Amino acid sequence: MDFDFYLSTMWSVLKALPLTLEIWFFGIAFGLVIATGLTWLRASGYKSGEYFTRAYVFIFRGSPLLVQLYLIYFGLSQFDFVRHSPILWPILRDPMYCTIVAMALNTAAYESEIFRGALRAVPVGQIEAAKAFGMSAFTRFRIVTLPIALRLALPAYSTEIILMTKATALASVVTIMEMMGTAQKIQHDTFRPIEVLTCAGVIYLLLNLSIARLFAWVEYALSPHLRPAPDRSQQIKPVPEVL
Amino acid sequence: MEFLNSLLEQMSTAYDLLAAGWGVQLLWGIGWTLAVTSVSMVIGAVLGSLVAAAKLSHRARLRFLGESYTTVFRGEPELLIIYLFYYGGTQVLTGVARSTGSIGPTDIVNMPSFLGGVLAVGIISGAYQAEVFRGSFLAIHRGELEAARAYGMSAWLRFRLVIMPQVLRLAVPGLGNVWQLTIKDSALISVTGVAELMLTANKAARSTHHSLLFYTVAGILYLVMTSISTPIFDRAERYTSRSFTRPK
Repeated sequence: MDFDFYLSTMWSVLKALPLTLEIWFFGIAFGLVIATGLTWLRASGYKSGEYFTRAYVFIFRGSPLLVQLYLIYFGLSQFDFVRHSPILWPILRDPMYCTIVAMALNTAAYESEIFRGALRAVPVGQIEAAKAFGMSAFTRFRIVTLPIALRLALPAYSTEIILMTKATALASVVTIMEMMGTAQKIQHDTFRPIEVLTCAGVIYLLLNLSIARLFAWVEYALSPHLRPAPDRSQQIKPVPEVL
Repeated sequence: MEFLNSLLEQMSTAYDLLAAGWGVQLLWGIGWTLAVTSVSMVIGAVLGSLVAAAKLSHRARLRFLGESYTTVFRGEPELLIIYLFYYGGTQVLTGVARSTGSIGPTDIVNMPSFLGGVLAVGIISGAYQAEVFRGSFLAIHRGELEAARAYGMSAWLRFRLVIMPQVLRLAVPGLGNVWQLTIKDSALISVTGVAELMLTANKAARSTHHSLLFYTVAGILYLVMTSISTPIFDRAERYTSRSFTRPK
């Protein structure tokens, strides 16, 4: 056992954690914006909106993220108008932005389905009660439908976020030196893949476990009214397992 | 008009390239992708049922092992697992060969890329299949297990006549999802050099400089594969649950 090697590898990979988190965060943030748009389009009732979102979800869920990433990074630059565009070219020639765009487009497809399911799962009685109170459509959405739907979407959303953490590793195939890329480089330099990849694996696993814990905690905090009465709660695990 | 002309031109180049042999190559790529996916699914089914059994076991240690398996292999990036099996396999094989003296001290024994890739994807697929099998087992009515026990059936007989047929029936929709996931994961083993669809598209894109064309074609072919499997699994689901449909 060579502890110095493990420690120095751990440290080098950890130094790349901020970059991984950067890709992760922006991918999720832009993905959330696109997913909200898609969900709105789907729920708007326009037939064309529904067809568009269906096609979008079909395409982005049906093909591997790697293909989407290559298509955006290598494929789009073939268009002359992309290369000459002052807005598109700075984004599409940078592998970092390309990864973020690919991840955002991909996760938006999954998330819009999650949100659609959550909106449909809001009990009709709650919406009827809100109507009976004379709430306007906007108030109804803001204080009844949305909070309930968000809570219902949380478990599936946390799974999607964990899938995104795993997807950041793909950035390494387009030359980004995030955690996976760094691990790859150390592995090529030292030819000790098992040790190096185990170190990287431990970090990824801890990252994902903490994300899962965090979401479990948020879920717990958001559903006090669904928990059993205090005297019976001893027999029940307070934090549900997510991962 | 200019746009239309350029589009037509693009399409004729596309046709020329595909007819010049890349089309056949891509078809072979599909074959390899399906082979990788099927073999991985089989490995995953074996591992998945063992892990599901471990997770449902009465022994705390086995349960812990099963839990760790599913947590680790669903929580790690797929790429990392694939690298681990491919490069790690090379490390182990080389170490063994060097210590037995069958190769020189500077030679390397490479992990066969198909084997490494299939093992990695199969183990990941096994983690997801374990969850599917566990869910299906828990959905079996308790009374049926108790009835089987009351009849004096042995554990094996109970498994063969009561548990297995029902788990298989209930698992079909979940296995369909895992199959789709495994098809998409199989694209990642292009990094180890298995000539499946993704790597073929890569080679074509690099050597012809028509990356847009070949990645689009690859994307469409993946879509075709995933969308064809949906009705097949739907049909399998209808077939396996044919005695459970409600009369209209």
